[in-house]
Amino acid sequence: MSSVPVRLAVLLAAGLAAVALAVALSGAVGAQPISLGAALSGAEPDRTILLRLRIPRAALAAIVGAALAGAGVALQAVMRNPLAEPFVLGVSGGAALGGTVVILAATTAARAFGPGAAALASATPVAAGAVAGATATALLVFGLGRVGGRLVPETALLVGVVFNAFAAGVITVLRLLVPPEQAARLLYWLLGTIGYESGGTLAAGGVAVAAALGVLVAGSARLNLLTLGDEEAASLGLDVRRTRAWVFFAASAATGAAVALAGMVGFVGLIVPHLVRRVVGPDHRLLVPGAALFGAAFLVLADALARLAFLPLGTEPPVGAVTAFLGGPFFLWLLRRSSGTSGSAA
Amino acid sequence: MSPAPPRPPGPETMVDVRGVAFAYGARAALEDVSFSARAGEFVGLLGPNGAGKSTLVRLVAGLAAPARGSVRLAGLDPAHASRRAVARVCALVPQEPRIAWPFTVREVVMMGRAPRQGLLALPTPFDRGAVQGALEACDLAHLADRRLDALSGGERRRVFFARALAQEPRVLLLDEPTAFLDLAHQVMVMRMAAVAARGGLCVVAVLHDLNLAAAACDRLVVLSRGRVVAEGAPSDVLTAQRVREVWDVPVWRGENGVTGAPVVLPAFDRER
Repeated sequence: MSSVPVRLAVLLAAGLAAVALAVALSGAVGAQPISLGAALSGAEPDRTILLRLRIPRAALAAIVGAALAGAGVALQAVMRNPLAEPFVLGVSGGAALGGTVVILAATTAARAFGPGAAALASATPVAAGAVAGATATALLVFGLGRVGGRLVPETALLVGVVFNAFAAGVITVLRLLVPPEQAARLLYWLLGTIGYESGGTLAAGGVAVAAALGVLVAGSARLNLLTLGDEEAASLGLDVRRTRAWVFFAASAATGAAVALAGMVGFVGLIVPHLVRRVVGPDHRLLVPGAALFGAAFLVLADALARLAFLPLGTEPPVGAVTAFLGGPFFLWLLRRSSGTSGSAA
Repeated sequence: MSPAPPRPPGPETMVDVRGVAFAYGARAALEDVSFSARAGEFVGLLGPNGAGKSTLVRLVAGLAAPARGSVRLAGLDPAHASRRAVARVCALVPQEPRIAWPFTVREVVMMGRAPRQGLLALPTPFDRGAVQGALEACDLAHLADRRLDALSGGERRRVFFARALAQEPRVLLLDEPTAFLDLAHQVMVMRMAAVAARGGLCVVAVLHDLNLAAAACDRLVVLSRGRVVAEGAPSDVLTAQRVREVWDVPVWRGENGVTGAPVVLPAFDRER
């Protein structure tokens, strides 16, 4: 078996190629099929459709997919459970709830202090609220998942699933209290939707996700040790609490940014890490960057599929429905398969 | 300045536990325990379940801090020194190594190099050499690229022993290294530990099998209800009366006709 840097280089090349292919495919398909060659040589309206609509939308899907798959790998290591994932663990729900609270606060402030305060509901404060909500939920799930000082992965997952349902319920109620355009935004959050964002929002989201994933890549060798359990990791020289705090924060930041951009898109962090792990093995130095790149490609394709699937009906389902359609059965299959081995060993 | 006190003769003291007390909540696990172990020595920690053996190992490894008393590990205060510094001098083979991810044998043993590696843990030729040496010492070279979940219990235990050797520690802590192993693997693990001690390591092992301990260890320390009740050479420590008192089982005490080591066997009437 060749060394880690060589395997990493091959993996990165394959991942980047997959993202490029997915974006090209996603650019070509839709309600108005276009020719990529024509679009790139400047023919209208192909050029405008590609550059103004399809590419930004694919970029959004790529950013969100990379964030969710990278966060999934990290949470699986910390929770010592291959079923952990931002959506299943409730971290996505916490992010959506955090963002909702900011929107509600902005609405209330606008009523009290005049329309200027509604700026609070702009992208940056809402994203900050989402990151805060995600971090708080990750800590809550981890805290409640510990029984007698020991992490019980199944309990943590259960807490996360329940919290997600709770968050969705609270958001549904809070939706009644905000102006109609904000209420529509919250509905999209609950469903998980890739839409059209401004270049500035995309750039800010991309930078935030890249920074969070950068932290996880830098800590990827330590993630390997974390999978062994607290005391073993400590006996191999790891400062477990500090490492875990960094991982939780980075995974929550990535999830928060993804939710602020696209809402609760589930199961990306479950499907993609599992498939990448099958090919490259459990070494997180390969797994984190590999999952991020293939997560990007995956969600770009899932979004293209969402656009294509109901084309004859003139409508499209939210991408969250597509990932849930794929991810739900996948989760059950993994659960059945792992209950004999890694579930009990975790 | 007063002159430094003279160094004690003989090999260096690597583990020095003095007057240590520890409790889990309200339940006292250790009360006023003192013991030491030197480089090149294989020390067995014996005692009934709940005597505090594993707790003592956790304190020596710095995984918990004593409520009272002091622990020194190769000159460090293990509970307060950096984890990395402790991991460079002390390796721990856990009681039930559990691994949820399908790493290969070589990957797991390479993790023993973590305390000496940089952020991305890219192995140097030194790291590769240490891992290869540890694999060969534990008769694992032919299994190096197998996945851990494809190995037998005995092979897996050897992997974690190899990881501890790859760590190149000065102190090797073993928590029930022979639990759940067949006879051949029990003997193999005890011999590997004895060989490590001959090579200059300070080896401290929690053991349940009195006869294996008597055959392999240089010195035994017996714990009971959180206190040290006996310490010394196996033949002095494992008397019939002491075993009966500490374990509350009547025993027959004899001698291994081949090795001369003490042998202790329960002597109970199965009808009553």
